[in-house]
Amino acid sequence: MNAMTGWTLPALALLAGASVQAQETDVQARAWAASCAACHGTQGKSLGGFVSIAGTDKAQLLEKLLAYKKGSLPATVMHQHAKGYTDAELERIAAFFSRQPR
Amino acid sequence: MTHPLNRRRLLAVAGGAATLALAGCATPSRPVARVVVIGGGFGGATAAKYIRLWAPEIEVVLVEREAAFVSCPLSNLVLGGTERIENLTTGYGTLDKKYGVKVVHDEAVAVDAGRREVRLARGDVLKYDRLIVSPGIHFQYDQVPGLERADAQARVLHAWKAGPQTVALRQQLEALPDGGVYALHIPKAPYRCPPGPYERAAQVAFYFKQHKPRSKVLVLDANPDIVSKKARFLKAWNELYPGLVEYRPNSELVSVDAATNTLELQFEKVRAGVLNVVPPQQAGKIAQTAGLITANNKWCGVDWRTLESVAVPGVHVLGDATLSAPAMPKSGFMANNHAKVAADAVIALLTGRAVNPEPILANTCYSFVSDTDVVHVASVHKFDAAKKTLVAVDGAGGLSPQANAIEGQYARAWARNIWADALL
Repeated sequence: MNAMTGWTLPALALLAGASVQAQETDVQARAWAASCAACHGTQGKSLGGFVSIAGTDKAQLLEKLLAYKKGSLPATVMHQHAKGYTDAELERIAAFFSRQPR
Repeated sequence: MTHPLNRRRLLAVAGGAATLALAGCATPSRPVARVVVIGGGFGGATAAKYIRLWAPEIEVVLVEREAAFVSCPLSNLVLGGTERIENLTTGYGTLDKKYGVKVVHDEAVAVDAGRREVRLARGDVLKYDRLIVSPGIHFQYDQVPGLERADAQARVLHAWKAGPQTVALRQQLEALPDGGVYALHIPKAPYRCPPGPYERAAQVAFYFKQHKPRSKVLVLDANPDIVSKKARFLKAWNELYPGLVEYRPNSELVSVDAATNTLELQFEKVRAGVLNVVPPQQAGKIAQTAGLITANNKWCGVDWRTLESVAVPGVHVLGDATLSAPAMPKSGFMANNHAKVAADAVIALLTGRAVNPEPILANTCYSFVSDTDVVHVASVHKFDAAKKTLVAVDGAGGLSPQANAIEGQYARAWARNIWADALL
């Protein structure tokens, strides 16, 4: 039992460390999300005029993006951009922005 | 925002410099690699910033010959008289102070890809592990008889690189008497900023309507038709500036007489009070010197997953200088997006991680048809593994239904945000 614990704890710590790192470095989503920065600011922090999306709740942001994609949320340009991405891509982009500091 | 130093330790380990990481965050560790970026426009400045942002263990040196960045987007408003060039100008200081980009104000004159070295005009040599070339455009004055010489070029302006020429063209327009003609010549596509000439026509007409109502804007287009946002521009010209703008397609330029302000076209001669010739373009000079030009003697072919040159390994090319993917405009927005794909790929290549096999890029180009009203064109581009290029996504993108003032506010907000995204 003790021997087992002695083995498990560091392993768990490693796994936890790995998952934190994996979460921080969804580098593909980060690269996709970087397109948005031209209007919404670096890492989603807008200087004004467009909404800041850094630190937005993931579910809320995704719901909005999917509504743009469906055309149920009126927009000047976001409905045209959202249609360029799969739902899964939008979800990872929303997850990326939700993790950025406000 | 995550401060670069907070992530230094993790990334240093990933880069193989584990022992340095133990020294702690406060001591800057020795860089694992050096990237040199040539050109500090929308492409180069963004690439330099994002490499430092995403991988602070990589050293970045940015070579830029100008003291400050002047934005082409919004510069047509200077011609219209509702914007000042100072407001479109941003310095390079923050790239250094906030992100640790080493900015060298000099001109890159040669690349030795074998030795991985860049030579600068003042004689310095920079070694690199990866090189990013974002040189913008070079005007092909050798293809415009009559404009080969500097004195002729100083009279007949392009104002297609924002800065002193923009201000000088505005002064020429101010000096034009009421009733005088402004003639704009547009080269065959592809050229920098497809809707730009038509926006310029609207801006000059906006100025004339208020101050020189008997004057005329003559658009002489080498192309067979309006290249971008055709219906929107025609509507704006006709409704906002009736009788002020005349458009002539298929106006191929034969020669320019700068002394008499006369354009010789294939089928006619046009004399104007102010001549504005946008010359044919190719990738910036260093691209040619470095052997990066691969298409039509003009543009640089790249692998769109990495922006790496198809001709010279270890060298990445961004922005207007690239051989554009299908339906991809030569725009500042696009260059900014090229830069992020390249930054991500360069970091991957230097740290041994896999390159993103599926980049997605987006673009929105705003054009001002007056001081307030704007029309956009947007597109999304995805890498197609079978076609080995970026393709515009079907069903995505599009235009504004018509020019409108809400997007006028968005266009200004976009400019502020993208300037900051590149430089601040």
